[in-house]
Amino acid sequence: MEATEISPTMSHVSDVNELKRIASQVRRDILRMVHAVNSGHPGGSLGCTDFFVSMYFNIMKHDPKAFNMTAKGEDAFFLSNGHISPVWYSTLAHSGYFPVTELNTFRKLNSRLQGHPATEEGLPGIRIASGSLGQGLSVACGMAQAKIIDKDENTVYTLHGDGELQEGQIWEAAMYAAHYKLDNLIATVDCNGRQIDGDLEDVMSLGDLGAKWKAFGWTVLEMNGHDYDQILSTMAKAKSLRGQGKPIVILMTTEMGEGVDFMVGSHKWHGVAPNDEQLASALSQIKETLGDYPA
Amino acid sequence: MFDLTVSPEKKDTRSGFGQGLAELGDSNPNVVALCADLIGSLKMNAFQKAHPKRFFQVGIAEANMMGVAAGLATAGKIPFTGTFANFSTGRVYDQIRQSIAYSDKNVKICASHAGLTLGEDGATHQILEDIGMMKMLPNMTVIVPCDYNQTRLATLALADHHGPAYLRFGRPSWAIFTPAEDNFVIGKAQMLKPGADVSIFATGHLVWKSIQAAQALMEKGIDAEVINIHTIKPLDVKAILDSARKTGCVVTAEEHQRNGGLGDSVAQVLAMHLPTPMEMVAVDDQFGESGTPAQLMTKYGIDTEDVIAASERAVARK
Repeated sequence: MEATEISPTMSHVSDVNELKRIASQVRRDILRMVHAVNSGHPGGSLGCTDFFVSMYFNIMKHDPKAFNMTAKGEDAFFLSNGHISPVWYSTLAHSGYFPVTELNTFRKLNSRLQGHPATEEGLPGIRIASGSLGQGLSVACGMAQAKIIDKDENTVYTLHGDGELQEGQIWEAAMYAAHYKLDNLIATVDCNGRQIDGDLEDVMSLGDLGAKWKAFGWTVLEMNGHDYDQILSTMAKAKSLRGQGKPIVILMTTEMGEGVDFMVGSHKWHGVAPNDEQLASALSQIKETLGDYPA
Repeated sequence: MFDLTVSPEKKDTRSGFGQGLAELGDSNPNVVALCADLIGSLKMNAFQKAHPKRFFQVGIAEANMMGVAAGLATAGKIPFTGTFANFSTGRVYDQIRQSIAYSDKNVKICASHAGLTLGEDGATHQILEDIGMMKMLPNMTVIVPCDYNQTRLATLALADHHGPAYLRFGRPSWAIFTPAEDNFVIGKAQMLKPGADVSIFATGHLVWKSIQAAQALMEKGIDAEVINIHTIKPLDVKAILDSARKTGCVVTAEEHQRNGGLGDSVAQVLAMHLPTPMEMVAVDDQFGESGTPAQLMTKYGIDTEDVIAASERAVARK
């Protein structure tokens, strides 16, 4: 099957089955991308696939054909845990930001698809470098603040890893967002409970995460990051809370490695690529729906 | 003194920043400002009062301030951040590196209380490594103006300059000897006194010390050229080479560690293009301490006498 360009009409998909079809292809892309360069982060990428596909094909107002760095007049998305770049790149490509064929340059010399997202090479869809953790919420606060100055009614979204919340800067930004009543800011935390060195509870417990965000002055919602009905309804609810003067955080439960039986639920696939045999086994579990990009 | 008009009044360079920022607030609606609990010290009160909706107090949270500034810049604003030089650089180096420099965001990092002239607060606050840290970052412009007037003009110029920039200024009242209205060009060295025997390249507060040194040197029969390197990066390589070629020896003078400062930028240029005898007036791999600015400049070897002695050494090496 040849890789196909997605037509702009696919930018908004309301049918959950169609979203699942897209997600299936994104998961295949993730596995093939990290396998091709024997590096990258498949675990969190697979875990957040359903979220990314929901955001870019259903929830966000955005224009893939005319990427606008300032995000004036549209929603903005910031990926704070930049290591899950494979899921972002595949989603951006399938939604039309750049050719799907470019996915085969991931992590290679002279590519726009850097190991961690960057603006230096001008990849459409990326507004700031991320990778060193804990910085994205601050950046999103700045964008949200600018939208208030400009009377732009659109929303600023972020995604964070749960392990990333161990960084102090996240809580500086959490204070700031509440202080300045940034209710146009919706942060999502990928709660997979894993980080490189093991289970989050063993490495550095976050305690009662919902209570922490509440204490910082945020409205807290929860959802299952693999249940499309929940993702769509929770994101819609988050957006409806505009006007209450509080930033919103969604604690999204996911499984690291979702979709591949030998990867799911383990921290071991955080930053390790599958070998040839493992790739074949993984791909046999995930249907090719939109066409694999040419290797 | 030479053909410089020295104002009878002294002012701190940080007040030049505050004045420039206030003017920008009125003239450029895209300019926004952020401060980490040091509004009075940074002289940002006037901007805050006139433009409260474009001013953001971030509290004692400098890392967040840099990220918020990067986000504002992404949206098309021109953010000026204000805090002490120590908290503008070392404390937030990774935030600047990833979210501002690597991401090429149009953020102006404005840093007061740099160097030993901070005085009695001591070494925790007397950063002497900031020029080095900032000049190492690709995409970053580094500016160190020499007096009140020039700090105001540099602040105004930064709003029209696209890209990340570091503006370093200080706390003490200092002589004012550059024109109030002047064509300040980022990256263009400023000739203050032509001379034939030695080139003194100075930056920040040491420019005034170098002018005083040049006057004393004249009485000793040494005709020093004094050039103000207000932009450490991009460096005005042509001005440095032209002067060094003419005089045959060089002195650099700065309120910074020798490692990583103006001196090593100039040395790099000379080593590659025009090997020339050179002396450096800078702090020599030490932390400062509490004391008055004058006492500290003397003790740590960055005073007028040190520029004079370095010039004599340089001339002797020709």
